[in-house]
Amino acid sequence: MPTLTIDGVEVTVDDGMTLMQACEEAGAEIPRFCYHDRLSIAGNCRMCLVEQENAPKPVASCAMPAGDGMVIHTNMPSVKKAREGVMEFLLINHPLDCPICDQGGECDLQDQSMAYGGNDSRYTENKRAVTEKNMGPLIKTVMTRCIHCTRCVRFAEEVAGVEEIGALGRGEHMEISTYLEQSMTSELSGNVIDLCPVGALTSKPYAFTARSWELEKTESIDVHDAVGSNIRVDVRGREVMRILPRLNEDVNQEWLADRSRFAYDGLKKRRLDKPYMRVDGKLQPVSWEEAFKTVADKLGNTDASKIAAIAGDLADVEAMIALKDLMQAVGSSNIDCREDGILHDAGNRGSYLFNSTINGIDEADAILIIGADIRSDAPIINARIRQRWLTGNAKIAIIGENTDLTYDYDYLGAGPQTLQEVAEGKNSFCDILKGAANPIIIVGKQALAREDGQAIAATAAAIADAIGGTYNVLHTAAGRVGGLDVGFVPQDGGRNVAEIVAGAASGDIDVVYLLNADGIEGEGLDKAFVIYQGSHGDAGVKNADVILPGAAYTEKDATWVNTEGRVQQGRRAAFPPGDAREDWTILRALSGVMGKTLPYDTLGALRARMVEIAPQFDVLDDVTAADWQGAGQAGELSDAVFTNDGVNHYKVNPICRASETMDACEQNRAEISEGTGTNG
Amino acid sequence: MSMSDINTADQPATFEFSPENLEEAKKHIAKYPEGRQASAVMPLLDIAQRQFGGWLPQAAVRHVADMLDMPVIRVLEVASFYTMYNLNPVGKNFVQVCTTTPCWLRGSDEVVSGCKKALGLKPGESSEDGEFTVIEVECLGACANAPMMQIGDDYYEDLDEASTIKVLEALKAGETPESGPQSDRKGSEPAGGLTSLQENT
Repeated sequence: MPTLTIDGVEVTVDDGMTLMQACEEAGAEIPRFCYHDRLSIAGNCRMCLVEQENAPKPVASCAMPAGDGMVIHTNMPSVKKAREGVMEFLLINHPLDCPICDQGGECDLQDQSMAYGGNDSRYTENKRAVTEKNMGPLIKTVMTRCIHCTRCVRFAEEVAGVEEIGALGRGEHMEISTYLEQSMTSELSGNVIDLCPVGALTSKPYAFTARSWELEKTESIDVHDAVGSNIRVDVRGREVMRILPRLNEDVNQEWLADRSRFAYDGLKKRRLDKPYMRVDGKLQPVSWEEAFKTVADKLGNTDASKIAAIAGDLADVEAMIALKDLMQAVGSSNIDCREDGILHDAGNRGSYLFNSTINGIDEADAILIIGADIRSDAPIINARIRQRWLTGNAKIAIIGENTDLTYDYDYLGAGPQTLQEVAEGKNSFCDILKGAANPIIIVGKQALAREDGQAIAATAAAIADAIGGTYNVLHTAAGRVGGLDVGFVPQDGGRNVAEIVAGAASGDIDVVYLLNADGIEGEGLDKAFVIYQGSHGDAGVKNADVILPGAAYTEKDATWVNTEGRVQQGRRAAFPPGDAREDWTILRALSGVMGKTLPYDTLGALRARMVEIAPQFDVLDDVTAADWQGAGQAGELSDAVFTNDGVNHYKVNPICRASETMDACEQNRAEISEGTGTNG
Repeated sequence: MSMSDINTADQPATFEFSPENLEEAKKHIAKYPEGRQASAVMPLLDIAQRQFGGWLPQAAVRHVADMLDMPVIRVLEVASFYTMYNLNPVGKNFVQVCTTTPCWLRGSDEVVSGCKKALGLKPGESSEDGEFTVIEVECLGACANAPMMQIGDDYYEDLDEASTIKVLEALKAGETPESGPQSDRKGSEPAGGLTSLQENT
């Protein structure tokens, strides 16, 4: 633990810390461009120079280890002069196009030039110009602005795990480029936009649409996967202009998946902005009163056992509670939130959570991933596993599809047979699992969303028990854990999703209430009277007889529970379009029309009810651990291998499906895999 | 240097090491511990360049990346950093004229004009028959015998316009002119005869 003096302040720092970190401990702010907490040290921008006593020249504090007895000065004229020199060199070739640069207003170079920039330029020669590079549909490049900090290169190599960006040439001719100038084949590529300290890499969909200071910023939660990434929604007027990640060390650190960052243009397209009713086979716009009256009549005049409700992937907890209470008031027990058909046991919380927590991955020394397309389903968690893998001493094995996950793993097999082998201790990986101090098992949708899903869950849980490891479920839907937590599952003898659909086909179910449910498989809903409440005109409205327009995730104050069981609240950043309303208020209003008024008039009262149902909702932003009582039900395992079944990473929910940016990503990815003949 | 600076027209579709060169490449790889085979990237690129006739096509870059289990961009970073790797086609006789200060003071302008007279090529140009490419380079470390030029692996030193033309004409005729000083001095002995250590001669 070296003790050193910084600007006259004595600090003691941990071994291995750099001078820059020590300076920050001492309260001295150090300017930097290339240094980044989560990337390796490059030491090439030289902006972080400080004066060290008895050193012949200023030292780059980001790359110098803190040593015992060092005396450092960060505020001497010589330090300022050295940094001004560095800044002058950086600005030699940097264009003065801040007024037309999207980074303007939030640019490290712009900010730091306020402190270290000269009044005028001594450089009269022509500035160098660099051709723009194609980096795909998400990243706009203006490479003349690049200051060669290589943050993007290091991010691609270290965090994203796709070594596709590099610095070609040398000296004045050095240029950052991807090989063959195509986009990075990463689900996290958008993060280089945040990392870029200047305007060289900016967001293509956001280009020239807004200036950072005219945006209203709202902190919220992402819903495009079940990770619950913390986001900041930037809005101008009613329009979402962009979405950025927010730091949360326990969840997404400071990264955000491309899908979560760029699908926001889907919030403006195919929106349901007024209630509709099917008249003579065609959907006609109607008033809320008419729509409510029709729905209330239908629900009131139908036998309760013939009414069912399904909550989909993007349903928030508040709306699900309201719908559950409404169905209870009506007397129906046919409710289910497990749209994908995975029969999670809502009474056994440990059986459906990612019990290790995302942070727990950092401590795992053996990881067995079963039937999860983890890179696509949860890019953030995949990056965490990669981060764990990079630090060494962690063995990773896969049962399922053999794909590029950006880290090395033992490929054990493709299906339940291999799982059975591991359970019986016949597989070579068993010794590693048994020898591990903290093994974790991750079970994904491919393994669970099938006939023998519960048997697979039971087998995986048995392995976890046998090796003393942790059983984790990787969900893919933002609304699922919340639905299970509030018990939005069939009540005593009620029907589940598959049975509801079958019932609708056979005439046993007459009325189906779909809350954000767009992924119902099977035929039959066309025979029933379908009420669809949601934000987009997507798959769910196909059979709808009444459409109640709801709010998308950026337009409502809503609670989301991520795959770990972490309760987080998203906030309204913009108002819903047209006549659309926040989802729970629609259900509350409907209950009034039906004469079965739900007992909450405010969001606060509804949230109090939420805590009543499940006390963990009182603990925000943290995980309430669940008791482990096993998972699944023992049964026969089939021979069918785990497959991704054509799930399209860029088209997982109605918002993505409406997004043109996601279309472009999909097309771009297809072109790249055609071009190189791989599925990278 | 960017991807668009790489001429796409002349790129071959594939590249394979010849059996002898593969042998040689494996020798270089074997010098490094397992998992550190990427250290052999520079000699392998050099072998590939020699095999392909003086320049390095992208197929060879990819082939070396495959062999060393490296991302292609990392190999291309190396190949584009060092000026000795030519990523675009060059003539069979690759003439590099040094024009850095010592050579320039000693008359490298004459060497450049000699190239122009003998070949009709200015620095940066290639002959249409693919025989010659002339480029200007920075110091090649033979200042004692300035001015000089490098053709292929050979240094031609102590040049003036006439001797430059003579060397190039010989190459044109298919001969191999003798490398080293083109004046009457031997190696880098003092011009005009020895001034010291004369007793033993």
